[in-house]
Amino acid sequence: MKLRSILLGASAFAMLGMGATAAKADGELFFYNWSNYFPPELFEKFEKETGIKVTLDVYDSNETMLAKLQAGASGYDIVVASDYMVDVMIKEKLATEFDAKSLENFKNVAKPHDTMKYDPERKYSVTYLWGTTGFTYDSDVAKEKLDDSWKEFFEPREEFQGKIGALNDEVEMYAAASYYAGVDKCTEDPAEAQKILDVLQKQKPYIAVYSSEGTIDRMAAKEVSMHMQWNGASHRTRESLPSAVFVYPKEGLTFWSDHFVIPSGAPDLENAKTFINWMMQPENAAAASNYAGYMNGIKGSDAFLDDALKADPAVNMPEEYADRLVPGKNCSPKARDLRNRVWTKLKT
Amino acid sequence: MEIFTRHKRFWLVAPAVIYIGFFMGLPLVQMAYVSILERGANGGVNWGSFSFDSYISFIFERDLMDNLMVNTDYLQIFLRSFGLSALTTVLALILGFPTAFYIAMQPQKRRNMFIFLVTIPFWTNILVRNYAWMLLLRNGGLIDHFLASVGIQTGGLDILYTPYAVSIGLTYTYLPFMVLPIYASLEKLDHRLIEAAFDLGANKRKAMTRIILPLATPGIVAGAILVFIPCLGAYVTPELLGGGKFMMISNLIGSQFGAARNWPFGSALGFVLLAMVLLAMLVYSLKFKKLPEDAS
Amino acid sequence: MKIDRANPLWRFHGITPMAIFFFAYLYLPIIVLLVLSFNENRLATIWTGFSTKWYSVVLGNDDMLRSAKNSLIIALSSTIIATIAATLAAMGMARGRFRGEGGVAAMLTLPLLVPEIVTAIATLLFFIVIGVKLGLLSIIIAHTVFCIPFAYLPIRARLDGMDPALIEAANDLYANEWQAFKRITFPLLWPGILSGAMLSFIISLDDFVISYFVGGAGSTTLPIYIFGMIRIGITPEVNAISALMLIISIVFVSISFLIDRVRY
Repeated sequence: MKLRSILLGASAFAMLGMGATAAKADGELFFYNWSNYFPPELFEKFEKETGIKVTLDVYDSNETMLAKLQAGASGYDIVVASDYMVDVMIKEKLATEFDAKSLENFKNVAKPHDTMKYDPERKYSVTYLWGTTGFTYDSDVAKEKLDDSWKEFFEPREEFQGKIGALNDEVEMYAAASYYAGVDKCTEDPAEAQKILDVLQKQKPYIAVYSSEGTIDRMAAKEVSMHMQWNGASHRTRESLPSAVFVYPKEGLTFWSDHFVIPSGAPDLENAKTFINWMMQPENAAAASNYAGYMNGIKGSDAFLDDALKADPAVNMPEEYADRLVPGKNCSPKARDLRNRVWTKLKT
Repeated sequence: MEIFTRHKRFWLVAPAVIYIGFFMGLPLVQMAYVSILERGANGGVNWGSFSFDSYISFIFERDLMDNLMVNTDYLQIFLRSFGLSALTTVLALILGFPTAFYIAMQPQKRRNMFIFLVTIPFWTNILVRNYAWMLLLRNGGLIDHFLASVGIQTGGLDILYTPYAVSIGLTYTYLPFMVLPIYASLEKLDHRLIEAAFDLGANKRKAMTRIILPLATPGIVAGAILVFIPCLGAYVTPELLGGGKFMMISNLIGSQFGAARNWPFGSALGFVLLAMVLLAMLVYSLKFKKLPEDAS
Repeated sequence: MKIDRANPLWRFHGITPMAIFFFAYLYLPIIVLLVLSFNENRLATIWTGFSTKWYSVVLGNDDMLRSAKNSLIIALSSTIIATIAATLAAMGMARGRFRGEGGVAAMLTLPLLVPEIVTAIATLLFFIVIGVKLGLLSIIIAHTVFCIPFAYLPIRARLDGMDPALIEAANDLYANEWQAFKRITFPLLWPGILSGAMLSFIISLDDFVISYFVGGAGSTTLPIYIFGMIRIGITPEVNAISALMLIISIVFVSISFLIDRVRY
């Protein structure tokens, strides 16, 4: 085989791949989100109704998204950021003030999502979806019903020892251990951080795997019998493992929310506002929930929700657990250092 | 004997060197600057305020009384990564060398096809390949099933989420990088040379050590570099197949640009690694100065 | 094995079984993922029946297809540029010593030595300073950098120990250097070049961190897309798109072989 054959092959193949690029629509919107976290059909519906074509780019964590924006990358009209990240974006002047309350459909926003700790006046953000981070266990394995407590996760009963999956997520694991140890998850006191480390280190021998990917598969295949999970994943787990139970621990659990934010330097502010306003229609918000398995914050979206989603206490949280929810928090550099050192020590 | 004049050689080397110098060298200089800056409160850096904390905290930590104490956490993580990379390199060589030799001995027409065969599996995503390994290795997984069906009862392999699984996965990932350079250097081997050696009474080992290995050496060196160093930066495989229980260098550095939002420390760790690897290469080149190609 | 005088493999008993083991090891996970891409169930671990539905899901997911297309364009472009630069560099470095040779060699392997995430952030900061627009092009530029050593080392290994007299003679025989290159040097280097190019290609195709940071709006690649699925969980869609990539790779290889056959 000679150079020319390879080059010919390569170009033929490149042409196969390229195809014709679609003509530019009336307007464009660059949307930055996790992947498979927004229903593709909804993009089509949006384009049909408004003539704006959405281009999706994706990231894998809040922090990498932030690092990229901080380094100066731009070009996105809307990013989806979690609560504490909204705080960072506002402080770092990476968010555009667009006054969500002035949008027509803001009236649909249900309490408590009409405000947010880091953006009380909703000048910069609107809730997209929200969820909780607790743990799921297989009730067929448990000899009796487990307590609503992190104790079951951090100091597991015999039948769960060695059969536990944890999220491989510094922030989530540290927060859960801090609730159980009874200290602030943003503590700057090394002695308190040591308590958190103790909880985690004591638990480590019982852990089969730290992994944030494939939690559903691992539970369904009975590779583990207990897994720290986001509630949407827990809901999915129950679809194939009916004995899965999601626990809202009494010591508290992280309630996180993801928000639409318009980054500074967004190419098209008006299109971004059109999109956010459109997403506050109950029907569209419900479509997002049905697709992703997480709750939205829009009044009247219930009517459009899948029954399975509505009936699952993991997603549709029973009212009595409301006071167990602890919102996400943007920790100080000193607290983050402690957290990172604890996490590093755990894995040394 | 010189093929090319000095002048001509400069122009041959220049495009690659200038390209790397501009798009890699300059950014690294900038990053070295970042590593001695003060971290920003929310991530990023405060341009213009300096601090050497990042390099100090590689070895030392401050205890409750603000005294500096030696902290070996990071060193341990570095050592683990180096050990695992060395193991992977050796395993890749053990599997890769015979394969490269095998391919080089095939008829001309078939060799290119083998090169493609070696690389085709890597058109799939790294995450997917690691998942496939998880399904194969887990207790009650496919290998377990297979062993049970041929009558070997293992009672669960107990291999997934252990360092063994990580070695299997890493070796898998880096195999082509060992095979192809060795193949490239062995391909010029003239079959008749081996036959002649045997005719002259050489045994297998002699033919191997006197004819084949010297020819393969440049390829083995190139392959070892292409496996060992990238393996130091492996991220996904240790996380997935090792069950995330132990950190590797790249997990540590990644977390500095992630949850810890400590860019200067992250860059400093990167430069410490760079220095270590450069030092190792320097020692190597001093010790093995007389490489075969220089002897000719 | 039958004894073939032209092929000394029969002299070395362990080699063929080892090579067979090698290819079995290499293709075992690939078979698993191909089978799973036809699993009807959403979960990889539970087989509920044969179905091609994940292929239709993939073909209906424009974002995923676009990201796969981006990945292929990037890998192809950076491989071509890197391989050309690396071939020239290997020829320049091949013979005799010169001042600064060690420095040049270190420079050519530098992209291997720096952890990806550091390279990624450094490159992004640098691109922003010099005003490179982030997009497919910026990813191609950055990929080419780390593809060069992957292409260079196999070619260099090929050249080492080769008889310089061959190329000398070629230079005497052909008036024109290009002809000497085309007729002699290039065919001699070919196994190294093909190896180097294939390694560059797969390393570019799998890159996540650098593509993520230096990409801009509209340039999501397949690895970025797959890594971003964490909020929802990885679905068999990923197996299906991987299978499709394998098909594309086989089509690509076949086209090259067909052209080759037609020419001779």
